[in-house]
Amino acid sequence: MSSIYRTLGRDALRDIALACLAVWVIGLSYGAIAVASGFPVWFPVAQSALVLAGASEFLFIGIVAAGGNPIAAALAGLLVNARHLPYGLALPDVTGRGWRRLLGAHVMNDESVVFALAQEDLPRKRAAYWACGLGVLICWPGGAALGALAGSLLRDTNAFGLDATFPAVILALIVPALRDRVTAAAAGFGAVIALVTTPFLPAGLPVLLALAGLVVLVGRRADPAAREPAPARETAQAPTKAAR
Amino acid sequence: MKDTTLVVAGMLTLSAGTFAFRFSGPVLRERIAFPSWVERLLEVAAVVLLAALVATTALTKGHGFAGLARPAGVLVGGVLAWRKAPFLVVVLAAAGTTAVLRLLGVP
Repeated sequence: MSSIYRTLGRDALRDIALACLAVWVIGLSYGAIAVASGFPVWFPVAQSALVLAGASEFLFIGIVAAGGNPIAAALAGLLVNARHLPYGLALPDVTGRGWRRLLGAHVMNDESVVFALAQEDLPRKRAAYWACGLGVLICWPGGAALGALAGSLLRDTNAFGLDATFPAVILALIVPALRDRVTAAAAGFGAVIALVTTPFLPAGLPVLLALAGLVVLVGRRADPAAREPAPARETAQAPTKAAR
Repeated sequence: MKDTTLVVAGMLTLSAGTFAFRFSGPVLRERIAFPSWVERLLEVAAVVLLAALVATTALTKGHGFAGLARPAGVLVGGVLAWRKAPFLVVVLAAAGTTAVLRLLGVP
């Protein structure tokens, strides 16, 4: 812990703590909603610790509470969580090796990934990833447990605008990367694809389809990437312009 | 909860599958030596995924539009972040804007 503090410094840790606090508050409403939907108190606590991915857990609870098959609910949740595979591919070695990686992989989530990406060098990326990952590992189940016990007292956290904090946290952290025009173009195109397909497709799929936005990298500048086709999941191949 | 065993089985399926997604990325990356352009592509891919997550969580709820209050709050946060405001200010401004708009009756 002390080495994480020394590597990151107070300001970065304060930002991470704020993101974890937001996760904790959403955890409160998650626990409360689960209990109100008929789940026993232990369920959201166990699920939050084992799955540790909020959106998929809300979806699972929602489908099962509506009478859906739990295995189908799990598959829907897995679709939402498939983005963790490309996250792991994108990160340099931050998860550690051997036994350590078991925990290092488990604490991979939107927040820990985005904090890691926002850092400049590998030691800082690693420290930010673990600080945020472990913070979420404590705050998400902790919030869920308290919310489940406190029940309906805390259900409408939306009244305080807390639903705006998750996208705002992620956006604030990717803004530096978006100053690069090619990245911004790919991200913008991807976001549009996700938005347009949301009304028709099951949850999770639109975000994965956004990867088609990477097609804007094709034929850019002298970038060696220009000679390569867009990655999988891309249906309509864009014509590869000859680079120079 | 109707059938505890089946619901727990579903939850464990979701946990195990999610862990498999999380674990395979670092393992693959370790085994395969990616050329630098692929590393660049993968890093942009992560930003693209995160941006799509921002867009969908800000603007949509289920399969429909989330209403104006939430995207307005996120937009305020985004503009502040672009102008290099501190992280704390960005997040509190986003939540505050959304809360005030809801108080004023904006959905």
